[in-house]
Amino acid sequence: MSLWEYANPVKFLRLSERVQPWLWAGAAICLGVGLVWGFFFTPDDFRQGSTVKIIYLHVPSALMAINAWFMMLVASLIWIIRRHHVSALAAKAAAPVGIVMTLIALLTGAIWGQPMWGTWWAWDPRLTSFLILFLFYLGYVALWEAIEDPDTAADLTSILCLVGTVFAVLSRYAVLFWNQGLHQGASLSLDKEENVADVFYIPLLVCIGGFVLLFLALVLYRTGTEIRLRRTRALIAREARSAGLHAEGA
Amino acid sequence: MRALFFRDLALALRAGGGFGLGLAFFLIVVVLVPFSVGPQSALLTQIAPGVLWLGALLACLLSLDRLLAVDWEDGALDLLATSPLPLEGIVAVKAAAHWVTTGLPLVLAAPVLGVLLNLAPSGYGVLVLSLALGTPALSMIGAFGAALTVGIKRGGLLLSLLVLPLYVPTLIFGAEAARRAAQGLDPSTPLFLLAGITLAVLAAMPFAAGAVLRVNLR
Repeated sequence: MSLWEYANPVKFLRLSERVQPWLWAGAAICLGVGLVWGFFFTPDDFRQGSTVKIIYLHVPSALMAINAWFMMLVASLIWIIRRHHVSALAAKAAAPVGIVMTLIALLTGAIWGQPMWGTWWAWDPRLTSFLILFLFYLGYVALWEAIEDPDTAADLTSILCLVGTVFAVLSRYAVLFWNQGLHQGASLSLDKEENVADVFYIPLLVCIGGFVLLFLALVLYRTGTEIRLRRTRALIAREARSAGLHAEGA
Repeated sequence: MRALFFRDLALALRAGGGFGLGLAFFLIVVVLVPFSVGPQSALLTQIAPGVLWLGALLACLLSLDRLLAVDWEDGALDLLATSPLPLEGIVAVKAAAHWVTTGLPLVLAAPVLGVLLNLAPSGYGVLVLSLALGTPALSMIGAFGAALTVGIKRGGLLLSLLVLPLYVPTLIFGAEAARRAAQGLDPSTPLFLLAGITLAVLAAMPFAAGAVLRVNLR
């Protein structure tokens, strides 16, 4: 029994279908509880007023935008090293989810920034690197769409993902050099006593949990779709081939 | 390898090879800037380093789809792949030829165009230096992008979408060095970082580009 057994699409689908209802339910519960708790049952911040509550969407989506790329990186590495198709399809399935997470983070940030900073957008290092991450996602998805042969597409996008990761990290530190920040420092870290006041912190953790579960559920669901799509195409191709053979025989 | 290098140079220099197109594009971008932002010389002085860097970058980008696509179409790339040269070496040589025919003229033309944009006198030396350090990285990253999109028909736009985000660090440090020098500040830190990026790209990128090309030639 090892993790690699689930490289078999049939086993992967069986497991993913057994797990998915729990993931969806967990995501719904966490997001429902976390968002309602966060929006209606936490006090307003003494300086930011009620705008502080956008943190329950902004922080988890930003976190997942980066984690989605990281997951794509790991899946791409598995594809390059062990050539498991499920892994390549999982990377493909995660990209659009990552794009949406990046967009949510950028949009909620803009909506919060307008009343707080007095501007929708500033060329702050964090904002800029998120925009660059968004561009990387777009390029990745566009490359998947542009290539017909699935194995070639998987190979090329995997290498693009590896190279893109290096450059995304490089850009992240280059923009720090280029402009000083307006964005506050990390709100969450493991090595600080208190990150955000506890009244905000606990519902925020619930929301982050909800986003993680939602991401997992979406990626599993989309991977399943991709696997079935691939299988359908193979069946159609086989059908066409055998039909061609019959025609020749007759 | 040397033969391939000179072959690429000769092809680029011959009529229809596209040599000088990048240079003309650079000139036009720089000429259009005053039309779009106004002719005030103080403003132009302020934005000159950034505009020159951006123009050079776009001119470099413009010629990328010829880097491998022409050889791909007529089958020369397949022949090269069966030769004893490793694909990594082929890509690196092609990027070097691209730099000599596109990047180097841009570096040499930049100070002349700097005059048009009223660049501060202290900025010229560092502008040329930063372009000379940065454009090899642009060519090499571009070769990787060209290798990625070589099998795709009309992949030019996709190529830009893939390559432009990869250009961000080079552009930031290059333009920052030129800007600092133009304002009379010390440009050495961004110059060192720029040189570091270029060296890392030159060392590592041929392997990524070679791997990609191998997949595409499969």
